[in-house]
Amino acid sequence: MTEKYNMPDTRGHFGPYGGIFVAETLMPPIQELNAAYQRYMVDPEFIAELDADLKYYVGRPSPLYHAERWSRELGGAQIYLKREDLNHTGAHKINNTIGQALLAKRMGKTRIIAETGAGQHGVATATIAARLGLECVIYMGAVDVVRQSLNVYRMKLLGATVVAVESGSKTLKDALNEALRDWVTNVDNTFYIIGTVAGPHPYPAMVRDFQAIIGREAKQQCIEQAGRLPDALVACVGGGSNAIGLFYPFIDDASVAMVGVEAAGDGVETGRHSAPLCAGRPGVLHGNRTYLMEDDDGEIIETHSISAGLDYPGVGPEHAWLKDTGRAQYVNITDNEALEGFYALTRMEGIIPALESSHAMAYTMKLAPTMSKDKIIIVNLSGRGDKDMQTMAQREGIML
Amino acid sequence: MSRLTGKFAELAKAGRKALIPFITAGDPNPDFTLPMMHAMVAAGVDIIELGVPFSDPMADGPVIQRASERALAHKMSLRKVLALVGEFRKTDQQTPVVLMGYVNPIEAMGYENFANAAQQADVDGVLTVDLPPDEAEECVALLKARGIDPIFLLAPNSIDERIKMMDAAGSGYLYYVSLKGVTGAGHLNTADVETKLKQIRGNTKLPVAIGFGVKDAETAKTVANLGDGVVVGSALISKIEAHQDDLATAQQQIVELLAAMRQAMDS
Ligand SMILES: Cc1ncc(COP(=O)(O)O)c(C=O)c1O
Repeated sequence: MTEKYNMPDTRGHFGPYGGIFVAETLMPPIQELNAAYQRYMVDPEFIAELDADLKYYVGRPSPLYHAERWSRELGGAQIYLKREDLNHTGAHKINNTIGQALLAKRMGKTRIIAETGAGQHGVATATIAARLGLECVIYMGAVDVVRQSLNVYRMKLLGATVVAVESGSKTLKDALNEALRDWVTNVDNTFYIIGTVAGPHPYPAMVRDFQAIIGREAKQQCIEQAGRLPDALVACVGGGSNAIGLFYPFIDDASVAMVGVEAAGDGVETGRHSAPLCAGRPGVLHGNRTYLMEDDDGEIIETHSISAGLDYPGVGPEHAWLKDTGRAQYVNITDNEALEGFYALTRMEGIIPALESSHAMAYTMKLAPTMSKDKIIIVNLSGRGDKDMQTMAQREGIML
Repeated sequence: MSRLTGKFAELAKAGRKALIPFITAGDPNPDFTLPMMHAMVAAGVDIIELGVPFSDPMADGPVIQRASERALAHKMSLRKVLALVGEFRKTDQQTPVVLMGYVNPIEAMGYENFANAAQQADVDGVLTVDLPPDEAEECVALLKARGIDPIFLLAPNSIDERIKMMDAAGSGYLYYVSLKGVTGAGHLNTADVETKLKQIRGNTKLPVAIGFGVKDAETAKTVANLGDGVVVGSALISKIEAHQDDLATAQQQIVELLAAMRQAMDS
């Protein structure tokens, strides 16, 4: 790339993607949020407070770990894991949640709402709300409430109200719908902390900017440890926040390949999957234009994935743009393949990954052997597997 | 002059306000809608807003959400809604019909294909909840070129600048959403609406219809006095929901409610 990457434009467009597609009542709070975001992202005091929280509360920087045994076993490229699983609350989600909560505080909002799929974003939000003494309501699809019950308990412990959403497919997209309805109703005192790089502008850009710490650290750590930039980056893509967080600081480094891994569920060919970039088409949902899983009439179709955090029919608009421009590639991994990734990392490195992150691990198992031993892959280990113990034990026929 | 503009001019001349029912096309099944539209016209309504069901109706409360789900269960779609309007036009060339829904079904069809199909079906207006004027340039141009009015929403928190934007982009009428919230919610505060309408009138000459929170003849009369038209949705759809096994009763109760509103508004 000759010109420096500079997306989105001032109206939140990544080429044809992104934008602000919302009901009129949400326009004023979105403009208010955008003004606050523009102001505080360059405010030294805000940045200092955020950095201190990330260091002392979250535990950053997270390590970049050379998975030597696994790399040797696979016989190809050297695999480095970006250990977002070691963050407080167990996933990358908190990087963004802290940032938005600090904004909420400065904007004088007293009530925080969020949607959650796997519950990681819900837990991260409930955590910050507890710390800042803010009222917190988390919307979660009724299906996800069952399969991520441990996280539901954590959120309640932290003092949040968890609302099980019974409409539509009862998963992440419906939780988002319900959170938007809450926001429309309570715009005056409520801050909506969206958990991924989706939603109307400025969310995709703002969440990316809060998550970009992943890539900034990884870049510096890779240079320190290996003496050079990596050859490839791999991350799972639900809404796409952990992926863009890793990718973004490398976009202008043309030698670094970027691969986003979508959830293929039972297999893309079965139609039972969550892979809009691989098998969907552009449309408008939840405030932005992006790739979606929809039928011929433009109705959103149900998604399937073993991991609640990837079970979403859309994807952040910046990924749609990176796909169309060819700067990033998007592949998909089935439930069964993800399980292989889950077991491999657990047995080979003693690290139990989240089922979401396991998709990135599974693709790495395919990619590494095709590369020579002097190549470097950085894989985003976006979260730890504690929350998935129930699901995994059940699959193995064990009652906990 | 578009049918909508003509209708509001005619009403203004007669000193009357527009009664605008909203029902979701295909709720509870596709056969119900067409006779219901004709029955509403007979009950004295002026304009019909026809909801295009969408899988993710983010701005709607539970009543209209469930209406969408019932319609989608019968495979209702934007194409079928357009066909329905075409059917309606065979016997009614007077009553303006406005499609109201979300933008994704229109995106899926393609803006130009949709505009052509809407023109062919003789649709009068299109209200897309999640397509604010900021993103609507292309769609608005295509609709206006075909004599179709793009209808935009105004909210209690809309500032002068936004109202001016709607005035420039919209035609036919503007739709004032009288409370912060989803459809079917709460009670509207008459004094607040009155104050807001003054601000809106200061920024646009377009007629203003008021919706959200209109439940019965009394609220319809109150709201009618504040604007140029009254939109009633959830209150009608609740009747459909309550009498799904006896749709003749549903239709009758809707007609009775609308007739009562008409009478109250005209008295
Ligand atoms: C551990 C983990 N990884 C990834 C994701 C997917 O989200 P995103 O694509 O925004 O990173 C989630 C979402 O819940 C998650 O919990």
